[in-house]
Amino acid sequence: KPRMDRNCFAAGTEIAFLSASAPGPCERETAEMSVVRAAESLLALSQQEELEDLPKDYPLSPSEDEVGDTCLKREVLSPAKMWGSVLYSALPNFRWKLAERSEASLKVSEFNVTSEGSGEKLVLSDLLGPVKTSSSLATVKKQLNRVKSKKTVELPLNKEEVERIHREVAFNKTSQALSKWDPIILKNRQAEQLVFPLKKEQSAFAPIEHVLSGWKARTPLEQEVFNLLHKNKQPVTDPLLTPVEKASLKAMSLEEAKMRRAELQRARALQSYYEARARREKKIKSKKYHKVLKKGKARKALREFEKLQKANPTAALEELEKIEKARMMERMSLKHQNSGKWAKSKAIMAKYDLEARQAMQEQLARNKELTQKLQVASDSEEEEEGAEEEGELVPDAVNEIQMDANGPNPWMLRNHLRGTGEAKVRDPEKLPEPVAHEASESEEEERPGAEEEILLNEFEERRSLRKKSTLNQDTEPVSRQEPKDSSSKEVLSELRALSQKLNRENQQCGKQNMSSTRTVPAVQREEPAEVEEEPLLLQRPERAHTVEELEELGKEECFQNKEVPKPMGEGQQSERNPNNQPGTPKEKKRKEEMIDLQNLLTTKSPSVKSLAVPTTVEELEDEEERDQKRMIKEAFAGDDVIRDFLKEKREAVEASKPKDVDLTLPGWGEWGGMGLKPSAKKRRRFLIKTPEGPPRKDKNLPNVIINEKRNVHAAAHQVRVLPYPFTHHQQFERTIQTPIGSTWNTQRAFQKLTTPKVVTKPGHIIKPIKAEDVGYRSSSRSDLSVVQRNPKQLSIRHKKQLKKNSVD
Amino acid sequence: MKVKMLSRNPDNYVRETKLDLQRVPRNYDPTLHPFEVPREYIRALNATKLERVFAKPFLASLDGHRDGVNCLAKHPKSLATVLSGACDGEVRIWNLTKRKCIRTVQAHEGFVRGICTRFCGTSFFTVGDDKTVKQWKMDGPGYGEEEEPLHTILGKTVYTGIDHHWKEAVFVTCGQQVDIWDEQRTSPICSMTWGFDSISSVKFNPIETFLLGSCASDRNIVLYDMRQATPLKKVILDMRTNTICWNPMEAFIFTAANEDYNLYTFDMRALDTPVMVHMDHVSAVLDVDYSPTGKEFVSASFDKSIRIFPVDKSRSREVYHTKRMQHVICVKWTSDSKYIMCGSDEMNIRLWKANASEKLGVLTSREKAAKDYNQKLKEKFQHHPHIKRIARHRHLPKSIYSQIQEQRIMKEARRRKEVNRLKHSKPGSVSIVSEKKKHIVAVVK
Repeated sequence: KPRMDRNCFAAGTEIAFLSASAPGPCERETAEMSVVRAAESLLALSQQEELEDLPKDYPLSPSEDEVGDTCLKREVLSPAKMWGSVLYSALPNFRWKLAERSEASLKVSEFNVTSEGSGEKLVLSDLLGPVKTSSSLATVKKQLNRVKSKKTVELPLNKEEVERIHREVAFNKTSQALSKWDPIILKNRQAEQLVFPLKKEQSAFAPIEHVLSGWKARTPLEQEVFNLLHKNKQPVTDPLLTPVEKASLKAMSLEEAKMRRAELQRARALQSYYEARARREKKIKSKKYHKVLKKGKARKALREFEKLQKANPTAALEELEKIEKARMMERMSLKHQNSGKWAKSKAIMAKYDLEARQAMQEQLARNKELTQKLQVASDSEEEEEGAEEEGELVPDAVNEIQMDANGPNPWMLRNHLRGTGEAKVRDPEKLPEPVAHEASESEEEERPGAEEEILLNEFEERRSLRKKSTLNQDTEPVSRQEPKDSSSKEVLSELRALSQKLNRENQQCGKQNMSSTRTVPAVQREEPAEVEEEPLLLQRPERAHTVEELEELGKEECFQNKEVPKPMGEGQQSERNPNNQPGTPKEKKRKEEMIDLQNLLTTKSPSVKSLAVPTTVEELEDEEERDQKRMIKEAFAGDDVIRDFLKEKREAVEASKPKDVDLTLPGWGEWGGMGLKPSAKKRRRFLIKTPEGPPRKDKNLPNVIINEKRNVHAAAHQVRVLPYPFTHHQQFERTIQTPIGSTWNTQRAFQKLTTPKVVTKPGHIIKPIKAEDVGYRSSSRSDLSVVQRNPKQLSIRHKKQLKKNSVD
Repeated sequence: MKVKMLSRNPDNYVRETKLDLQRVPRNYDPTLHPFEVPREYIRALNATKLERVFAKPFLASLDGHRDGVNCLAKHPKSLATVLSGACDGEVRIWNLTKRKCIRTVQAHEGFVRGICTRFCGTSFFTVGDDKTVKQWKMDGPGYGEEEEPLHTILGKTVYTGIDHHWKEAVFVTCGQQVDIWDEQRTSPICSMTWGFDSISSVKFNPIETFLLGSCASDRNIVLYDMRQATPLKKVILDMRTNTICWNPMEAFIFTAANEDYNLYTFDMRALDTPVMVHMDHVSAVLDVDYSPTGKEFVSASFDKSIRIFPVDKSRSREVYHTKRMQHVICVKWTSDSKYIMCGSDEMNIRLWKANASEKLGVLTSREKAAKDYNQKLKEKFQHHPHIKRIARHRHLPKSIYSQIQEQRIMKEARRRKEVNRLKHSKPGSVSIVSEKKKHIVAVVK
């Protein structure tokens, strides 16, 4: 209970201080110093709360509670007006009067505490009574608590500040909204061509009645005219179209009409296309083409017939009948008998011409086929027939070979052999089967042919040839192993030699080896470009040869000699080689097929190395240095920069020298003609020697080439600095060098190259771009509707946001 | 014996009518057509010369005003109709095809300060020195009717400019402040101010229609948002801006015509640096208007000339002047982007071609192809000195010419001084300010 009291009093004192802040500290001057100090501290506290500047709630700490307590105890003794109302309420025989405001007064406390009794005097006896709690103080306490717990309301910003924040927020919002235009604007700026107006307007069709209905006669003259018209019952505002016309207009909408028209157009186009095709096909004179076409058709018909048979037997029967009828007709017509004009001529020619003979046969076969009574039999028979028919279709390639029965075509043969040879190189085990297959195939093909014997003979020949080659190939792998081994050995040895840093003796040996093995003629050695050829030559002596291989190679060479004009380089080599080594040429021939790329590459580098080795002089040098030097030499083996430069300079000097002008006219004053040259005297006479120009500026500068070509007259027409959008002069030159005129370009390209950047339609109003045009949703709200809202009445939340923005 | 002959289909080589062109088979083998570059160069040279020969831009002068023409307005629906307001308060409506005045209205006492048409083209608004805003019907009064405005709004202060919204029944006036008006009301629905100064011109953005730009005599350009009823940003330049114009194809680009002889193209999102400074005039620039294609704009200047600038170039591509044309006060680019109109002090409205050497009228396809080809050739060889010289050559009146020389000297002197200062001061203490930044005093948020 006393605790509670104390609390109450603490609250009371504070309230008193609050209310007393107005009267000022004059009364307090008389009080004890300690009291004053305490009171001042409290006052300061209360003032702080009143100002409500504190950023957060200011909770009452227990220590302050204590302060309030002690303060009250002392204060009880000192009479002070300001305590009045509060202390009275604590007295036993004092009845609290609730303050009721009945009239306007200045002394109104917001805490429901009146200062009514301020005028009354305080008697000491009143204070002497025991202190009792009163329930009425609870409300005061509550209020006080509320006051304490309430957050401070922030000071409103000044008007300018607020406006500034408003503006900033609005600006940010607007700029964001505008940024949606960025891609469109960029696109339009970079566009190759812009056509204005951007949006195509649909031309509004306004019927004349509508125009007329909106118009009235106003002037007396017009009225007069109208009167006249009315008198004669002429149509004035009536629809100018009759109902029938209107109905017809309505009957077919524009789209429908368009569609129909398009359909018709398409049909027409198709028809004309087919007609043109038929005409074209009819015009083709090639008999072969027609033959193939006819056969294709027949086959197709057959296939369809088969399909039909499976799907619909009755229809198939009908079809069959039709075929039968055709056959009968054919029989009657004797079309394919050998009685026609063509057939007769062919019959004459058949003796000499293989083709004619074949054609005759074909025709006979056809006749036979057509006149044969068709038996509705099993499918297999039909298929057989089909197969036969196909068998008759001898491929052209075979025919060609047949034609050169006496001497097989070397080209064909070679190809053939090559192909088989390659196949064999790939997998020698698998070889016999495909060959046999091929042979059987060819046999099948040839069987129905006329000159069976000849063909058979020929094929026998070919087969034998093939067998031979296979035999050779079979022996090949064994023989091939060895050269490979030897070459790899060589590589290995050379590598080893490099890595171990050969001593001189070794090198000398190597040198000797080289000189002995090298087959390169002296001329070739001079030319650095041909160094690359060496590896091939180097290998040669070390390779072993088998007798079989040599034989085989020899055979092939004699084939190839017949067949192929040899490439130049090869020829040279083969010429060169016999001089030094009589054994090599055959092997060299074979080499192309034997040495694959891999082999070439692996042997290339050692050869270069072997070249470099003898040139290095390494008597006292460190091994590393030597290594380095060699490395560099290897890396730049091919290029001699200085010589190149000198050559270039010489050329430049030559080119810049003025040329003599030769004005001799052959045949002028003497005989002319083929092989006759004007006389030396005449030439001397008409040769105008250009005077020697000033000496070149780089005459005494060995390391420099100064170009003196700049032509002052041409410079006036040349661009001096690279224009802006270009980043490299080559770009610019390229644009200049590509012509855009129709002289150099096709019509289409010309049009494309000369499209103007901006195209406007004459007489059309170009409206500003719209968000809807480019696919954006325009702001649905009207600009106007928003304006009418009062911007001043912004919600508290909005204000807070503004504040936050301003802080940011 | 049959002799086979080569035969050709006559359809391939005989023309159908006499007017058709002879079909000439062409061989495009480049070896048959040597010297591409020199030949095209010569063609380009000739095309450039011909362009200068045919450059006759002046089309017509519309006379009838009895005082200087102060403002011009285009009709939004009709290409042939132009409205003009004069310094004596008279508004005239012209027909360009007939080159005649079709209507005269005594609209105000004193100057007609501003004129604008409604987006639908049925009426137009004028503001004058008599502190009134008047709305007029586009069609003349009927027979026996009086010439009277549809509405008249009496204001408290003088209105110096007016512009109409591009979609809605809203217009904006400027004077002491920027007022946004509903057409149906007699008081503004919204007034926006930022400081107190006389605002000389206000323009609606044609694309984002809620945006406004104004320029005031305290050297600033202020942007407003109508929806949020607040100004957005203000940029202060060296000298006063007379008017601004928004690019009709690029929503955030506008160009300001300044008293310091320059025009400044701004991106409204970044006002601290103009996108481009357009220099060529030798006196204050009074008016500017964009081509409807948004690629070029035309400016009218106090130096008695109008110039056409590409938006992305700082130098003008064309200058128009005549002996009799005085200070050009207003200029407009017609909505088909073919013509330019300018109204000047000496009471005339002049009609110019936007492309000085363009042939008017319908072109045949061959003419068009030749024109396109020549244009491309000129473009291709534009950097070559001969062609550049010819293409850039313009005759100028002596006053302008001498002033250009004078200003060049002045500019050079300033530059030299700057360089010297930079050279002789402590490194880092003086920095070179770019031409773009030089003229911007401040950006106020």
